[in-house]
Amino acid sequence: MTTTIISERTSIAAQRIEIADVSAYYGSFTALSGVSMTIEPRAVTAFIGPSGCGKSTMLRAINRMHETIPGARVEGSITLGGESVLDRRVDPVAVRSRVGMVFQRPNPFPTMSIRDNVLVGVRLQGRRLSRSDADDLVEMSLRAANLWEPVKAILSKPGGSLSGGQQQRLCIARAIAVKPDVLLMDEPCSALDPISTAAIEELIANLRRDYTVVIVTHNMGQAQRVSDATAFFTVDGAGQPGRLVEYRDTTTMFSRPVDPRTADYLAGRFG
Amino acid sequence: MSHISARPASLPPISLPRRVTAHVAHLLILGLFLIALAPLASLVVTVVSRGWSRLDPTFFTSSMRGVVGAGGGALHAIVGTLLITLAAVVISAPIGIAAAVYLVEYGRGALARALTFLVDVMTGIPSIVAGLFAYAVLSALLGPGARSGLAGALALSVLMVPVVVRSSEEMLRLVPSDLREAALALGSPVYRTILRVVLPTAAPGLVSGVMLGMCRIVGETAPLLLVAGFTDSMNYDLADGRMATLPVFIYSQWQNAGRDHVAYENRAWTAALVLIAMVFAMNLAARLWSSRKVR
Ligand SMILES: Nc1ncnc2c1ncn2[C@@H]1O[C@H](COP(=O)(O)OP(=O)(O)OP(=O)(O)O)[C@@H](O)[C@H]1O
Ligand SMILES: [Mg+2]
Repeated sequence: MTTTIISERTSIAAQRIEIADVSAYYGSFTALSGVSMTIEPRAVTAFIGPSGCGKSTMLRAINRMHETIPGARVEGSITLGGESVLDRRVDPVAVRSRVGMVFQRPNPFPTMSIRDNVLVGVRLQGRRLSRSDADDLVEMSLRAANLWEPVKAILSKPGGSLSGGQQQRLCIARAIAVKPDVLLMDEPCSALDPISTAAIEELIANLRRDYTVVIVTHNMGQAQRVSDATAFFTVDGAGQPGRLVEYRDTTTMFSRPVDPRTADYLAGRFG
Repeated sequence: MSHISARPASLPPISLPRRVTAHVAHLLILGLFLIALAPLASLVVTVVSRGWSRLDPTFFTSSMRGVVGAGGGALHAIVGTLLITLAAVVISAPIGIAAAVYLVEYGRGALARALTFLVDVMTGIPSIVAGLFAYAVLSALLGPGARSGLAGALALSVLMVPVVVRSSEEMLRLVPSDLREAALALGSPVYRTILRVVLPTAAPGLVSGVMLGMCRIVGETAPLLLVAGFTDSMNYDLADGRMATLPVFIYSQWQNAGRDHVAYENRAWTAALVLIAMVFAMNLAARLWSSRKVR
């Protein structure tokens, strides 16, 4: 198999992610072992499983965010549209500009206005924008994040002045403003109230048309509502590595899980 | 009685002994606070009352050139203090902040530990030693005996850098790692994350750290006495010749009082008043600036 270096691209091109025999380590501790799965483009894939089973670890490996943690290592192969992600020669910065991430806690940049929070990704990537392109990008991204109407009159206000749910949508707008191929979301609703959660779920349903979306969630209802495919991870006990147990389309997963451990977890009989 | 007393059925008022204790503690703390405040208040009162008599336009518009006895002013020393302090800030702030950025964002292993240790050592350097260091450096470069404002600024930088490193380090560590992660996840190189996200977020704190360092050095006397020297005349050139500063002005007025010693002492008090006012103004400016940024 030949590996090509991640290249510049101009438009969104939702990409298939192939994960093959991936293991992750924090120092000498094996957090995740032997994960293989294919994540389909223009679909929402949910990662579920008990706390500590390695869902976040798997997610962060996809855009090489694990490298920001001292001592963290990932082995195996992850490809994005056929291009190797984990290859040492590949610039992690280039990977991340194609694989965006939304975190559990909304984290808009406090020193920047709402407008600048949307544009910051483009600037952080060292690209320049004309004033009118910037205006268009701000509107497009905020519309895509269902946030344009509430904030269009207050674009120069600091991002931190919004409600928690609005801040999270601002973070989604920020992530999609750089036109990634893939959007990774790590428990994006766990710090939000039910109404904001519903708004984000609706937004994910729309993003599905253009992006490859991977979402980690502890909310089984949410996984069922938003995802096309579900991956169940588990861990046997403290100090053991997390493993992928079952991965199939969401409807089958929730109605007829094959593995007894999945069935137990979905039925709330875990641990 | 050895049994555990029953839980009271009602909600009683605070008992008398507790109220008395609280009162006494309150008064005690207030008393100690006033005692701690007394020297400061006395200092301000003394400086203002003694410095008042020479707080006139002449003091701010003329130097001591050719002045014997009464009259004259400290313009040369005020200008000298401003120039030397500014030069010290220009030297120390980038070095101090850059070192702090290294320690917080990049520093791992032996080099970082060595740097932290050196900063700790530098914090404890006696100011006169900083003066000797600057003197030695400049003698080696420009020949012995050269005195200049720049040498003074260099000596003060030795004192200021560790203060700036320490406070900047703290401020940079306060920047939530969430923000760094968010920037990196957007496809930002580390250096741009630092320049665009970390430093702007920490900016108010960095500025107050620099101000702190400035307040630390603005009243330094010993190193300036050594390397910037003293003069009665104006000198606007940092690179050339002796340059007066307020602390050294105070010292020399007091030490070398002439026949009309009251005139010399009054000038010293007024210079002290001006120096205190400058530090106060700097602090105030820094506070206003950071509160404006934070909103
Ligand atoms: N920075 C780290 N250093 C060391 N060990 C870590 C680190 N992050 C995670 N781990 C360990 O790796 C394992 C997997 O963690 P991970 O965060 O991926 O779990 P998770 O499935 O996302 O859990 P949760 O549902 O609680 O978020 C856990 O045992 C955890 O203790
Ligand atoms: Mg997690």
